[in-house]
Amino acid sequence: MSAENAIPAPENPAATDELIRFDNVTKRFGKNTVLDNLCFSVKPGKHVTLIGPSGSGKTTILRLLMTLMKPEEGTIHVNGQQLYPTQGEKQLREIRKNIGMVFQQFNLFPNMTVLRNITEAPVRVLGLSKDEAEQRARDLLDLVGLGDRCDAKPTQLSGGQQQRVAIARALAMRPQVLLLDEVTSALDPELVAGVLDVLRDIARTTDITMLCVTHEMNFARDISDDVLMFDSGRVIESGPPEKIFGDPEHERTREFLGAVL
Amino acid sequence: MNGNWDWSAVADFMPRFWDGVLLTLQVLALGSLLSFSLGLVWAFGLRSASRFVRWPVNVVTEFIRNTPLLVQLFFLFFVLPEWGVQFSALTTGTVAIGLHYSTYTAQVYKAGIDAVPVGQWEAATALSLPAHRTWFAVILPQAIRRIVPALGNYVVSMLKDTPLLAGISVLEMLQQARLESASTFQYTEPLTVVGVAFILIAYPASLLLRALERRLVR
Repeated sequence: MSAENAIPAPENPAATDELIRFDNVTKRFGKNTVLDNLCFSVKPGKHVTLIGPSGSGKTTILRLLMTLMKPEEGTIHVNGQQLYPTQGEKQLREIRKNIGMVFQQFNLFPNMTVLRNITEAPVRVLGLSKDEAEQRARDLLDLVGLGDRCDAKPTQLSGGQQQRVAIARALAMRPQVLLLDEVTSALDPELVAGVLDVLRDIARTTDITMLCVTHEMNFARDISDDVLMFDSGRVIESGPPEKIFGDPEHERTREFLGAVL
Repeated sequence: MNGNWDWSAVADFMPRFWDGVLLTLQVLALGSLLSFSLGLVWAFGLRSASRFVRWPVNVVTEFIRNTPLLVQLFFLFFVLPEWGVQFSALTTGTVAIGLHYSTYTAQVYKAGIDAVPVGQWEAATALSLPAHRTWFAVILPQAIRRIVPALGNYVVSMLKDTPLLAGISVLEMLQQARLESASTFQYTEPLTVVGVAFILIAYPASLLLRALERRLVR
């Protein structure tokens, strides 16, 4: 789009090898500080898992990136473009297109078929033809093992199937970044493995950048390049999974892992 | 009146009666259409992010909702012409009833929209859907499913309010019965016929709504 050229470069451009960058980000709900002066960055193609006790601000990070909420302080860059403080709705929309999100509660559109759920945004936002979008949707449904459920309504599917459709729906937009917000937490235990297998597959076969909030530690160990341990709105420890799970430095990390593993 | 039922009076009333039925149904259809569309506009206004929209819409709809329809009818029919705005009795009546009921349907729409889970909005944002697609492809189809029964109840209500239009001499069912009685001095038959006609329209409509409710709200 020609308008892109008109957007001024950020004053302090993030280093080009960083896809996501948080600088001194603070998010409060009333008196409760959920993110406290948070700084971290993610390189393109990396799979980063956020772990830590509930209420430690992990999900908030994903919701900020998805523009579902705003931080009180600090700056967030995506792809060198400044997301917050906002530089207008137009730039927000541009950045948002590069980010996809899968929710804990799936959030499929119940009034649409599985196929329409996946084609709606590519047709309306990316301007794909109906045929192109449906082809892409069918390929993705094959990928998540639901190639035969195109015409089903979401309510006719199990939770695990719905979540796999939601993954396909997010991928249909070909985002650079995929945000996974406790995607197996609402599922019956026997359905968790199917969803995680799909995600492992995607992590292995694509160069998509993943930010993943999860309580599935084995999954985190398998797919992560980096693990960030959160507590009280701060990253208290980070590193490759072997380090965090094998030899954590911080006492809080040891306590947390001891409780969940 | 001696209480004797006169079938010939019923037969004499029929031509006028059918004219009245047609006009009542016409007012009902157009009034419903107006109340459904205008109500949606109010509902958008009531949910607007700007209080400079929300506040005036709230004042206007509360005002209309909390004043009697008959007063509004008289005002539109007798007072507006003094300011040079004049419509036929039928147009005035249809607009008045549609406007009055739009303030009820606005509340219904608003409740229906509020009942759509916030996750649906978030999913639409995450997919970058433009605002109009979010509304018309995602939110409203889900909201309207829930509120069809409530909207239908207001249509039945509106039907039962159409006799108010007799007050400004619209030739709907009741006014036809009054004219008939005024010329024959037989009140029993025309008024009874009209009463029965209301029940014959309203009760099946209610049953239909209940069936619709079972189908839609699962």
